[in-house]
Amino acid sequence: MLKVEVWRGTRQGRFQSFDVPRREHQTILDVVTEIQREQDATLAYRFACRVGMCGSCAMTVNGRPRWTCRTRVAEVVGRDNRLRLEPLPNFTVVKDLAVEMTGFFDKWRDAKGYFEPGGHAGEGFAVVSPTTPQRQAADAGIECIGCGICYAACDVVAWEPDYLGPAALNRAWTLVNDVRDAGNAERMAAVAAASGCQACHVHMNCTEFCPKGLAPTYAIAGLKRETIARALGRRN
Amino acid sequence: MSAALFIAQRATAAILAFAVAGHLATIVYAVRGGLTAAEVLARTRHNGWFLAFYALFVIAAAIHAPIGLRNVVREWSSWRGRSLDYALAAFCALLVVMGLAAALALYAA
Amino acid sequence: MMRASHQQPGYLAALLHRLSGLALAIFLPLHFLALATVLRGADALDTFLAVTRHPAVKLAELALVTALALHMALGLRVLAVEFLPWRERTMAAVSLCLGAACAVGLVFLLNSP
Repeated sequence: MLKVEVWRGTRQGRFQSFDVPRREHQTILDVVTEIQREQDATLAYRFACRVGMCGSCAMTVNGRPRWTCRTRVAEVVGRDNRLRLEPLPNFTVVKDLAVEMTGFFDKWRDAKGYFEPGGHAGEGFAVVSPTTPQRQAADAGIECIGCGICYAACDVVAWEPDYLGPAALNRAWTLVNDVRDAGNAERMAAVAAASGCQACHVHMNCTEFCPKGLAPTYAIAGLKRETIARALGRRN
Repeated sequence: MSAALFIAQRATAAILAFAVAGHLATIVYAVRGGLTAAEVLARTRHNGWFLAFYALFVIAAAIHAPIGLRNVVREWSSWRGRSLDYALAAFCALLVVMGLAAALALYAA
Repeated sequence: MMRASHQQPGYLAALLHRLSGLALAIFLPLHFLALATVLRGADALDTFLAVTRHPAVKLAELALVTALALHMALGLRVLAVEFLPWRERTMAAVSLCLGAACAVGLVFLLNSP
């Protein structure tokens, strides 16, 4: 029998204990779903695809931010059978295990983490070779699905409320390396501002915890180098 | 942190890497058999290379330390804004004055 | 329970880097002050240096030398991540920095009387 402590409330709240039978191949999502459907219907939590594609189910499992659908109970629970579920840190808590994602995506927008087609869109196909260093740099980061785990794990996000955060900056770097994008002057200004890429202190929690194996630290390092190059007048 | 502060921090870090390496080597060499004023002054007195090296060292450190402190104070306390920047600029000036004074004192002794 | 993000080697590296930097920033003006005693003559500097023979001071000196080496080593790691096309194995890199700093401290200890 699993002893599950689940956070209830907002940032002010308490843990509520549940007993859930331990089953083979069980995921954390299975556990939360069982609690909500069979023991306490007032529990709030998120999931959607349940197969590791959408990132909706991210929460803190035994102190570590994870996707619950891709985390087996056997991976994180020892012989003591204790499981502790909390909402992701660095977010406002809506209720129980569900957090407010608006601020996270606002920073994405503030970092200009969106494609800027420029004036020549529709004039024909852009030829983008997959083997160029630029495209490889972009490809290394485009699989991000915006789950928020890197943002939750980041100490600088916790310490510096305006910091754009690893996800937004990672996306910005993929666009800086996109030869079709016409908005890099504004984008670099956005990420080189105070609370931009320079605030990263290379703790590397983002890279450590990303469930897709992305490395925002190196994307941010790329932005730092790009910032310096532009400041030294080595870009037009 | 603005781009200018970031660049200053990283650039002085690169300078300090060499300066600190040299300083650590000097320390380890100089403390052998105990350290006396006469030994120190024999190396520093009227030594233009000593003065140039440590003047550069002092200025690089005087820029590097306050920028680092700025991050720490902003992130670990609630102090931020203009007053913090002025306080750290004053600390930078203090380090420059005290450091150059010490280097000059050892040069001219 | 310490949250998992604080149990990573990258966090330890950042914490040590920050704390050693703080210690050095506090020490630096005092260091300049001590050296400036030579303005009152070589004897004044010698008097000060005599104070530094006290074991507690020797320990503090060791800590400072190690802190300096540590701050530099960890700083070089940051510069490498930011400017070199190097994909680090964080645990190994941080261990290397700690080891190098302790080695410098040890060399200092073995060379001081």
